[in-house]
Amino acid sequence: MKTISDHILDILQNSVRAGATLIEIMVREEKSNDLYAVRIKDDGHGMTREKIQQATQPFFTTRTTRKVGLGLPLLKQNAEMSGGNLTIDSEPGKGTSVTAVFGYNHVDRPPMGDITGVLVLTIIGHDGIRFRYSHTTDEGEFEIDTDSLHEIFEDVPLRHPEVRGAINELIKTNLTAIGAST
Amino acid sequence: MNKITSLADLKKIKDQVQSKIKLRENSDVADTLVQIRVGMATCGIASGAKETMNFLIEETEHLAIDAVVTQTGCMGYCYAEPTIEVTLPGKEPMVFGHVDKVKAREIIDRYIIKGELVDGIIPASYKTIDEK
Repeated sequence: MKTISDHILDILQNSVRAGATLIEIMVREEKSNDLYAVRIKDDGHGMTREKIQQATQPFFTTRTTRKVGLGLPLLKQNAEMSGGNLTIDSEPGKGTSVTAVFGYNHVDRPPMGDITGVLVLTIIGHDGIRFRYSHTTDEGEFEIDTDSLHEIFEDVPLRHPEVRGAINELIKTNLTAIGAST
Repeated sequence: MNKITSLADLKKIKDQVQSKIKLRENSDVADTLVQIRVGMATCGIASGAKETMNFLIEETEHLAIDAVVTQTGCMGYCYAEPTIEVTLPGKEPMVFGHVDKVKAREIIDRYIIKGELVDGIIPASYKTIDEK
C-alpha cells in the first residue's frame, strides 16, 4: 500500500464484511504534535480477544478464498515504520475500532493519497451502509455523513455521474480549505 | 459553475439532476443492466483496482452503457489482480484477470459492447462471489 487512503479503502472492506451498518472514519492531523491518526470504527459483528491478537498476523484471515490476510499487518507495519502503532478494540456483537497512528513528520509515513476518491467509491459502492467521515487538522474540521447525502438526494442515486462529481468536489474543496495534507 | 462547498450546493445539483433523470427512469431494471464488480481487497488495491474501477465508471458513463460498477472482496485470484466480474444481462458472470486500463478498455469495447470473448478470462465454475 503506497498511501494511507489505500489502507483506509482496504480496512473498510473488513467492516463491510463484518456486516456493519454504520462505519465511521476519523482522520486527525496534528502537525504540531507530530501525529497523524486514522480510526475506522464499525458496528459490525466484532471479534473476540483471541481473534484481535490473530488479526495482525499475516496468516490469519476469516475468508475462505485464500489463506493470507495482509490488510491489517501491512497497516501495522506502515504505522510502526513511521514511529506509530496500530490498536484494535473490538467486542463480539458490538463492533470493531481500528486505530493507526503515524508520525506526521516521519519520512516513512505514507502520504494520504486520494482520500476523496476512496470516499466517493466507498459511498457509491455500498448502498445501505451509512458512512461518516471526519477530518481534523490544526486549521479546522470537515465532516460528511451519508445520511445527510441521502436526505438531500432522496431517490436520486448517488452514483449518478453529476451527483458523484458534486460529492467529489464538496469533499475535495473542504479538505483543501482545512489544509489537509495530501 | 460555482464551487460546491456545502450541502446546500448539493441540493441545487439534486434539483438539476432530478429533472433529467425522469427520462430514463426505467433504465434501472436489473436485467437490462451490465453489472461489473471490481475485486477490492488488499491484493486488488495494491495492484491498482481503484484506478481500474474509476476507469470503468468513467468509460461506461462516457459510452452511455447502462452499467453498475461496484466493489467486492477478494475472489481468490490474487495472482491476477486487479480482477473484475462482468455480468451481461441474461448471461453467466465472467471473471477477467490483470485488468489494467488497457484491458478494461478492451473488455468494454469487445466483450460488453460486442459480446465477443477476449483474452484474460479466468475459467471458474462458480455462480457469484457472494457465497464465498
